[in-house]
Amino acid sequence: MNLQAEIPLHYMIVLSTLLFFIGLVGVLIRRNLITMLMGIELMLNAVNINFVAFNHYLYPHRFEGHFFALIVMAIAAAEAAIAIALIINIYRKFSTVNVDDVDELKY
Amino acid sequence: MNWDTLYILRQEILLTVLILIQLIGDLSEDEKRSRIIHVTLSSFLLFTLVGFLPGEPASLFGGMYVSDDLRTLLKNILSISTLIILLQSSSWLQQPSNQTKIGAFYLSLFSTLMGMYFMIAAGNFLMLYLGLELATLPLTLLAAFDKQLRRSAEAGVKLLMSSAVSSAILLFGLSLIYGVYGTFYFTELSVLNDSSYLSILALIFFISGLAFKLSLVPFHLWTADVYEGAPLSVTSYFSVVSKGAALFTLMLVLFRVFALQHATWTLALYILAISTMTVGNLFALRQKNMKRFLAFSSITQAGFMMLGFMNVGSLGMTTLVYFMLIYALSNLAIFGVLSMVSNATGKESMDDFNGFYKTNPGLSLIMLVSLFSLAGIPPVAGFFGKFFLFTAAASSGMYILVLIAVLNATISLYYYLLVVKAMFINTNDTPIPTLHTTSYEKAAFVLCLMGIAGIGFMSSLYDYIQGLM
Repeated sequence: MNLQAEIPLHYMIVLSTLLFFIGLVGVLIRRNLITMLMGIELMLNAVNINFVAFNHYLYPHRFEGHFFALIVMAIAAAEAAIAIALIINIYRKFSTVNVDDVDELKY
Repeated sequence: MNWDTLYILRQEILLTVLILIQLIGDLSEDEKRSRIIHVTLSSFLLFTLVGFLPGEPASLFGGMYVSDDLRTLLKNILSISTLIILLQSSSWLQQPSNQTKIGAFYLSLFSTLMGMYFMIAAGNFLMLYLGLELATLPLTLLAAFDKQLRRSAEAGVKLLMSSAVSSAILLFGLSLIYGVYGTFYFTELSVLNDSSYLSILALIFFISGLAFKLSLVPFHLWTADVYEGAPLSVTSYFSVVSKGAALFTLMLVLFRVFALQHATWTLALYILAISTMTVGNLFALRQKNMKRFLAFSSITQAGFMMLGFMNVGSLGMTTLVYFMLIYALSNLAIFGVLSMVSNATGKESMDDFNGFYKTNPGLSLIMLVSLFSLAGIPPVAGFFGKFFLFTAAASSGMYILVLIAVLNATISLYYYLLVVKAMFINTNDTPIPTLHTTSYEKAAFVLCLMGIAGIGFMSSLYDYIQGLM
């Protein structure tokens, strides 16, 4: 099956843009730190779709986009590891992971 | 891989050695742990000096890593600032509560410095992104370093969330750049020009991502909280080294890679400059905590830095590097005094500095000179830094922006003088006791003061920077 003939590029771009902004809105309106982390992962995955789609459709003879997507995945894993560690630290100190209750520092 | 390659990578390799020393040092017995401070400081001094060895322009790993005189200078500015921070943090690290965490502190600090080196040396956006993440992730650990304190834990998680979002935004910009141009290499990108809406959007996303790191308004909301919650040595690292690396990266990418699209990014940074200067100033006026006050002061200074981007030529870049050097030294001197006070008494509020001159005349004079330098009062270097920045913007005909910047510089004088007034004029029944300055701290202050007093009059330094562009 020829993917290019079935699904045009702009479908991919619309998908990734929607996914990116769903992730961004998720980070902004959700109050649970773990859920906010999921929003960030969603944004990174949207970026990955972009990289792979651009590479596959526009520059099929090069592999830079694929490599970048792989590296983004690795970094996202590292980021999640640190985030979980810090969130556990927050839970120990505040007994909650709701950001509204983590309000030691204020104007 | 031959000797030349190793020589070009000398700073990165030595930094790796420093990181490995920390891992070995952590194996030693607990009561002998603080010896590692002296070992690290002397080897870091050596590392800083090695950076000044002359080198040829070179490009390694198929263009991924670029080295030239300008990039070496930028790295050296960062390593000198880090050296001063290490000197200032030595007495803080010797406190009993931190003794077991010395290795962790140095390890994270050097990892972030390594990331910043790769950001500056990048010849490809992939390298830039990797460097950025290497610089950001250990930094969040440093912000949460006082893990028994609630505010430090909160600062860490706030920094992590905002920097993760900002790097996702930056990445989205990079993916669009890839879609438009089909390459990540700076040398290939610099000759391509595309004025489609997609490329403008990509550039805006990219600038927004880095504006988070530079804490430009409206991307500044994490700054004050993280500065307040983090330990003081880490705060000074944020406000000087981390900000400097972000500024240098933005400068190299915009001036060297996207020079042809300068109309787009000049407009974007014009708006950011005005909002950053004004909002930073207005919030700095009402701060009572010294750390928050310096956070907003550093936001304002970042707004002034944006003026250098208005001149799309060697003048703009020269003034940016020159201003950053002066800003780094002035800020580090203030943070040095603050961390001495905070280590001895735990006081961080502006009112606590009332009558500081009576008990600590030397330290308050250092504060005075550095605050004047930040405010831009003539004999000290800060004046020349600001003056050249305003010249850069004025030479592009942006007189309205310069007018707003001058007004903001005047407002900023008011709150810098508030601190001076507290130290010299206000009286206090329970002033801060006379503080003992260790020889490491003296060395740090001497380095800062030499820079603040001398750089303004060393026109050869300005000419040297200009010659590198």
